[in-house]
Amino acid sequence: MKLLIGIPAYNEQEMISQVIKSLPRKIEGIEKIDILVVDDGSTDQTAKIARSLGIYVLRHILNRGLGGALKTIFSYFRSKNYDILVTFDADGQHNPSDILNLVKPIIRGEKDISIGSRWQKSRNIPFARKIINKFANIITYLLFSVWTSDSQSGLRAFSKKAVRLINLQSDGMEVSSEFFREIYRHRLSYKEVPIVVQYTSYSQTKGQKLSNAPNVFFRLFMRLLR
Amino acid sequence: MPTITQLFLTVFLLFAASRVVLRFRSGELSLFGFLFWSGIFGLAAIIVLFPGLTSSIAIALGIGRGADVVVYLSVTLLFYLVFRLYIFIEDLRHDITEIVKKIALKDMDKKNDKKSS
Repeated sequence: MKLLIGIPAYNEQEMISQVIKSLPRKIEGIEKIDILVVDDGSTDQTAKIARSLGIYVLRHILNRGLGGALKTIFSYFRSKNYDILVTFDADGQHNPSDILNLVKPIIRGEKDISIGSRWQKSRNIPFARKIINKFANIITYLLFSVWTSDSQSGLRAFSKKAVRLINLQSDGMEVSSEFFREIYRHRLSYKEVPIVVQYTSYSQTKGQKLSNAPNVFFRLFMRLLR
Repeated sequence: MPTITQLFLTVFLLFAASRVVLRFRSGELSLFGFLFWSGIFGLAAIIVLFPGLTSSIAIALGIGRGADVVVYLSVTLLFYLVFRLYIFIEDLRHDITEIVKKIALKDMDKKNDKKSS
């Protein structure tokens, strides 16, 4: 089995090297692990640093948002002969050792998707993040009828079948909730895997912000009206 | 006997409804979106054809005077136009993302070709 670890990155020159170096190069049951960074139009040295580490790097000429970067990762996966896809955040909040637990259900063929849930293991999660996530979970349930404890998690694993079926539409942060629409639409099986996150002052400047929540909700709602 | 204004507005609403049906049939509009917009334009058509209803509703709601049908329909029209504009901008955004994605993938293929040659 071949595994692709896809990292969407935007202006992550401070953390990208550390994140890439920390990723596992061998996992039991996996013959080959490739790492792909999609640099989403960064204005800093993200792509240059990633390239210097000998991994695959795709560069967006314009910043398109998290959804845009994930679409490119999915397209790259489909164009090559991979079996499992893992998406991993570039801000250093994820623990690389969680990848093992995440891919296990996929390797065994038990689930189509596994999603890392930050709320079962992690402590000291900032209050604003908790509120954003609760709000996003409720919206995800109301719009897509799938209940999850962490609709905004960036650590996920997908089987080949799941990647083939998932059709992402959103370009921005709302893409995280969109995965659940696709789970519902294609009746994909999924599992939540408890993961640990490290919230640093750096990672808190990245990702979802409370002020962005109404915009994300509006976009998801308008997408339903299309 | 319907007035000229009623006829004009009914024709416009039928046109708007036909756009909704066509978009739904072509797969561009979800079932939820189809029901939502059909409901909006259906309701507007009922108000246009039976303007007395608005007075009854206004009295029931305690507004005191018959609601201004033209104002309601103008708001509906603006709502529809804003929606169309929103869809148009979203489509443009997606097209840009698609182009950016294709360029990124093409650039990588080129680099791989150079390496292998």
